Amino acid sequence: MLHIPLWKRVIILGLVGLGLLTAMPNLFYARVEAHNDAVAQIEASGVETPELVAARDAWPSWLPSGLVNLGLDLRGGAHLLAEVQVADVYKDRMDGLWPELRDALRAERATVGTVRRAASDPGELRVQISQPEGMARAVEVARTLASPVVSLTGIGETDLEVTGSGDTLTIALTEAERTATDDRTMQQSVEIVRRRVDEVGTREPTIQRQGEDRVLIQVPGIGSAAELKALIGTTARLTFQPVISRGSDASASPGLGNVLLPAADEQGVFYVLEQSPVVSGEELVDARPDFDQNGRPAVSFRFNPTGARKFGDYTAENIGQLFAIVLDDEVISAPQIQSHIPGGSGIITGSFSVEESTNLAVLLRAGALPAEMTFLEERTVGPELGQDSIDAGRIASMVGLAAVVLMVVASYGLFGVFASVTLIFNIGMIFGLLSVIGGTLTLPGIAGIVLTIGMAVDANVLVFERIREELKTAKGPARAIELGYEKAMSAIIDANITTFIVASILFFVGAGPVRGFAVTLAIGIITSVFTALFVTRVLVAAWFHWRRPKTIIV
Amino acid sequence: MAFRLKLVPDVTHFDFFKQQRYTFGASVVAVIASILLWAIMGLNFGIDFQGGTTIRSEGTQEVDIGAYRTAIAPVTQGDVLITEVFDPTFGEGRNVAMIRLQAQEGMESVTPETIAAVEAALQTVDPSITFPSVESVGPKVSGELIWTAIMAVMAATGAILVYIWLRFEWQFAVGAVAALVHDVVITIGIFALLQIRFDLSIIAALLTILGYSINDTVVVFDRLRENLIKFKTMPLREVMNISVNETLSRTVMTSGTTLVALIALLALGGDVIRGFVFAIAFGIVIGTYSSVFVAKNIVLWLGIKRDWSKPTDGPGGTQFATSEK
Repeated sequence: MLHIPLWKRVIILGLVGLGLLTAMPNLFYARVEAHNDAVAQIEASGVETPELVAARDAWPSWLPSGLVNLGLDLRGGAHLLAEVQVADVYKDRMDGLWPELRDALRAERATVGTVRRAASDPGELRVQISQPEGMARAVEVARTLASPVVSLTGIGETDLEVTGSGDTLTIALTEAERTATDDRTMQQSVEIVRRRVDEVGTREPTIQRQGEDRVLIQVPGIGSAAELKALIGTTARLTFQPVISRGSDASASPGLGNVLLPAADEQGVFYVLEQSPVVSGEELVDARPDFDQNGRPAVSFRFNPTGARKFGDYTAENIGQLFAIVLDDEVISAPQIQSHIPGGSGIITGSFSVEESTNLAVLLRAGALPAEMTFLEERTVGPELGQDSIDAGRIASMVGLAAVVLMVVASYGLFGVFASVTLIFNIGMIFGLLSVIGGTLTLPGIAGIVLTIGMAVDANVLVFERIREELKTAKGPARAIELGYEKAMSAIIDANITTFIVASILFFVGAGPVRGFAVTLAIGIITSVFTALFVTRVLVAAWFHWRRPKTIIV
Repeated sequence: MAFRLKLVPDVTHFDFFKQQRYTFGASVVAVIASILLWAIMGLNFGIDFQGGTTIRSEGTQEVDIGAYRTAIAPVTQGDVLITEVFDPTFGEGRNVAMIRLQAQEGMESVTPETIAAVEAALQTVDPSITFPSVESVGPKVSGELIWTAIMAVMAATGAILVYIWLRFEWQFAVGAVAALVHDVVITIGIFALLQIRFDLSIIAALLTILGYSINDTVVVFDRLRENLIKFKTMPLREVMNISVNETLSRTVMTSGTTLVALIALLALGGDVIRGFVFAIAFGIVIGTYSSVFVAKNIVLWLGIKRDWSKPTDGPGGTQFATSEK
């Protein structure tokens, strides 16, 4: 098969050319990156500043501009794995259900008697009724509060599971509702984390759901994981609650329907507040850092129309009362209502620093997390360490490549030169493919490329060794080359498929840097088989047709 | 005749079974020794598998482990491990240390306050110190990571077993997988012996060794399959020797180029991936050895179906003798 049809040669060399072309932007990494950023920024803002235009024009737009993403270990940045406490939401649901249920049961006082809430697990609502005979009726009433589950799998089911035994009525979420709720909680959490990270304006963050209840957050270029955690680890649930009393007793019993919360700034001060808030952060439309009349940092906010009405009505009716501003179960401040506040806007004061008030404004704008998050894993890599790794990897690859080329040329002469040329094509194509699929290059990924440099020669070596053997049995050179390729094929295919299996397994079970390694390894296998079987062959065939040698030495 | 670098002469007639007692014996001893080392000395698990925090510090002053330890002691609980990192690529005035804090009871990951306190304490020892990387993994995740790692190695081995079985015969699959287990166990043994840090990237290295070693073994098997058809009556042992001799030049060449590239990375690639590269380089040497000295010995021992009309020559091969035409 030394004669390769023209169309085949065109396709093979075309693919190599395409690979090299798409790899090329990586040689001018900084310039292309600036170009891409400028294009994105101009598109987003619609404004063309001279700097942006200069950055954009530094790289011609008709050239490919895809780049290999650098992993966090090479670029520097922070990585967090958070677990969302999805069960928190069940408790909120139960707390929200209680007033509704109480009112419904009170209407049936004649049959069920008096009702009171009993202690229970956080995900349950337990109610004791004074007339156990009326339990059947109580269960019936409670069931009317249930609504159908909104999810694909939970069709035909309701969201509440109501059971009654003796004088206790127990209400919990059904399994289907829990699954649906968890799903919503996760979606909201991911969305809110994304909004918060976007508010800070870092580039290309990765925020994705992992498994049942986890969120993976990777932000390149951020100084430390602690900084990132401060931003996304705060629940930021803001509520405005009426104050019943203020005291210093941490163990005071707040009474039914009330809660005892500590003050954020004053040690040993506790407030008893009504449990149900008047308005909450969900009804905010805006929040921004500001200063109060004394010039201290504060956060100003504005409610949406319904929030503004509730806020206005309450302040009108309760002039002179204390009104607590609560953030994540701590009372930030509890000012006295001086007058009716009709416009739906206000200001939160407290002992903030400018930085804290800015952060709080960001958090309030992005919205509260539906549930608390705990952090299972956090990693920070400084940009200098990443750059060091890139430099070391680059030098090592060059030296490795030179040594391999030397060895191959010394062993196989002209055929070794062909193999070396295709090896360089091969590396180019790896980068080209990585750029096209938007793959991420990690430190182990660089090792994967170096390993490929060593192993890519293997397919060529198999063919060359086979040609040598065939030459011994005194066939003509053309026939020997043909047979060499033919007979080496099964070994090349089997050997590379097994390695490819391993790379796929690495990809599916690995995380982060390991996954990056699997991708480069798999791409390396594909490109090295392609270059060895097709590209080297085109080169060998071209040489053969040009020189028409009577004998060849491999 | 042009000059050619020949690592292996053109034609070789080594008898790879002659010293079988020693070569195969050495492999068995090495595997047992590795398992013992693994059991007795244990592996130096990184935080990926054990939980905890590592802080990489870099300063212009020489690393004084004693002073670091005294500075950190008041702000930490549990074990603190401090090691100085040496690397030829660092040059003058770069002194790097790794500080490892144990995971605290009941905490998901070491708190940022503790990390900040440790960093502040170290800055009192060496004001120029910076912290290029800080990693923290909670015990919950590290437990899962161990499982994922074990599952990955098992899945890869299983998938290879099935593939070789489909493409060759079951004896080849057993031989190939035995060689793989040999390679992986001995590599783990070396990590136990030298107490090199064993983390998630080492698992990736082990899987790469699997991939490389199977590559080598498959090439030998492929030639064996071909020669079994060519030399129908020759004893299996002879055919195996011919096959290994014929592919020897390729085996040495490929291992050679791969090793040359890896040695460059080992020497110049920096300390962050040195453990990873070391594992792969070591595994390639072992993998090459096992495809020549281990895999086919097991196939020989199991015996294979040859000419289907006659009983086989292999010692254990009679089970297929007359059952099929």
